[in-house]
Amino acid sequence: MAAYVLRRVGGAVGVLWAAFTVSYLILYLLPSDPVAIMLDQGAGGERVDPARVAELRERYGFDQGPVQQYLTLLGRALTGDLGTSISSGAPVAGLIADALPQTAQLAGLALVLGLAGGTAIAGLASWTRAAWLRDLLLLLPPLGVAVPGFWVGLVLLHLFSFTWFVFPAVGNEGFSALVLPAVTLAVGLSAVVAQVLAQGLREAWRAPYVEVAFAKGAGRGRVLAAHVARNGSLPTVTVLGVLVGNLLGGTVVVETVFSRQGFGRLVENAVTTQDIPVVQGLVVVAAAVFVTTSLLADLAHPLLDPRVTTARGAR
Amino acid sequence: MTALRPPVRPAGRLAALARPATLVAALAVAVVLLWALAPGLFTGHDPVTGVPAERLQAPGAAHWFGTDHLGRDLYARTVHGTSLSVRAALLAIAVALVAGSAVGLVAGFTGGPVDEALMRGTDVLLAIPGLLLSLAVVTALGFGTVKVAIAVGVASVATFARVMRTQVLRVRHATYVEAARLAGAGRAAVLLRHVLPNAAGPVLALAAVELGAVILAVSALSFLGYGATPPTPEWGSLVAEGRDYLAVAWWYSTLPGLVVAVFVLAVGVLGRALAREGRTDR
Repeated sequence: MAAYVLRRVGGAVGVLWAAFTVSYLILYLLPSDPVAIMLDQGAGGERVDPARVAELRERYGFDQGPVQQYLTLLGRALTGDLGTSISSGAPVAGLIADALPQTAQLAGLALVLGLAGGTAIAGLASWTRAAWLRDLLLLLPPLGVAVPGFWVGLVLLHLFSFTWFVFPAVGNEGFSALVLPAVTLAVGLSAVVAQVLAQGLREAWRAPYVEVAFAKGAGRGRVLAAHVARNGSLPTVTVLGVLVGNLLGGTVVVETVFSRQGFGRLVENAVTTQDIPVVQGLVVVAAAVFVTTSLLADLAHPLLDPRVTTARGAR
Repeated sequence: MTALRPPVRPAGRLAALARPATLVAALAVAVVLLWALAPGLFTGHDPVTGVPAERLQAPGAAHWFGTDHLGRDLYARTVHGTSLSVRAALLAIAVALVAGSAVGLVAGFTGGPVDEALMRGTDVLLAIPGLLLSLAVVTALGFGTVKVAIAVGVASVATFARVMRTQVLRVRHATYVEAARLAGAGRAAVLLRHVLPNAAGPVLALAAVELGAVILAVSALSFLGYGATPPTPEWGSLVAEGRDYLAVAWWYSTLPGLVVAVFVLAVGVLGRALAREGRTDR
């Protein structure tokens, strides 16, 4: 078990380093002159002081070769220094640390709602023997995947904030401001969860142990809860990392729609001002969230299915 | 081989609607494609200059989707915005399809350390949430519909590379490929004449299925304001423009957004039907 955990953690660190590298390649090497972009945004079109150009070049290592520059930036990132924002001058790590708690609340609630909704749809569709109900329930996920998140947010905003005045339209204050953005994020999430879970449950129903359980006199509900659910949920646990990563991506749109402060809003601002160090920091943090969630999901796997550890541990 | 096919699953009453659903979806997609090709045939209103006296009118016989804050017809703006949005989505799919297929072909056909390195690369791309990867590319490239399309395409490259590699591995050691090699065909010739055509099916099916997600991503970036500059209409930016008038003009954001949702749903239904068709053919 210890070797398994160690190998997984090593892999996670490797992916994180690679994410830093990819974002470096995209953000620092792709533009013809990143310093020009940085200054253009920072100065708002005024004439630029040559001394400031030289200072920026030095600070971000553009006076060195790409390899040297990459190593400089990587070395700083390893000590927790993700650079400073071009537009505000604040440290990137601090900006992200300030924004994350708000978004963690939002994404956490959305995750709970999305998992609950997706499980309810897939579970009911799997349990019922009425074909019409099953087909009706399974029509929902394709619908949930097709609606644009920004549109769902605006429709909810229109109905619940401007027509019925149930929830506030903007802001970060209190739980009531959290509900609509979380529901918006949860719509897409629950659709994906329902699709993956329904598929997993469908396959689990065909397993021989289901027949055994029926033969021993268990009812449909008990077989689903005690036998099918456990094995059928494994694929959903596997994609949890991807789902949480997408949730974080979704906050860019949702926090913009609901004018909330947080991770997504920081992304939106940084991209709009082409604030390269901030964008890189955000990409690396998003990858870290993905990697951590995937790692936790992987470590939970042996708890659901004991064969996972023994099979891999034997190698 | 028809006789060996499994019997059709005894379906519920709603599943019997599957065929009509495909037809309706095809019709919806066809209408939208016609909007993209010949917007002038579907609306006589000008999408860019409005009639100030007719600002913020609710949907009715004169203006099917109502009008915006400058008195422009929203149906006309949606129809005229279709071309840019659909072309951006197709460009994004093309970028993902070509780049992803190339990576997958090389990885699957070469094997060894090259394969290993390319696949670790796709692992990393998959570790960064798609929208954030697109946004990073947009930050580097700048704003505009074409750049948004490329950015969205880049985010899907890894998925296409994976599927292509799996397919290449499947056919790489097929008898006809070995035979072509023994007959003296060069590596490139074998790759292009024998491996690629036989591996392409599922990759093209993936393109059909991914199209919906790509349209949503392009619209989201356009909604955030990284696409076309005003007053040029685009699906995402149309919805964004309506944000400020949510309390007084429900139709402004709602109806253009509904068009996006219906189109993505229709593309999804069609894509899945095509993918199913591809599976039963084999």
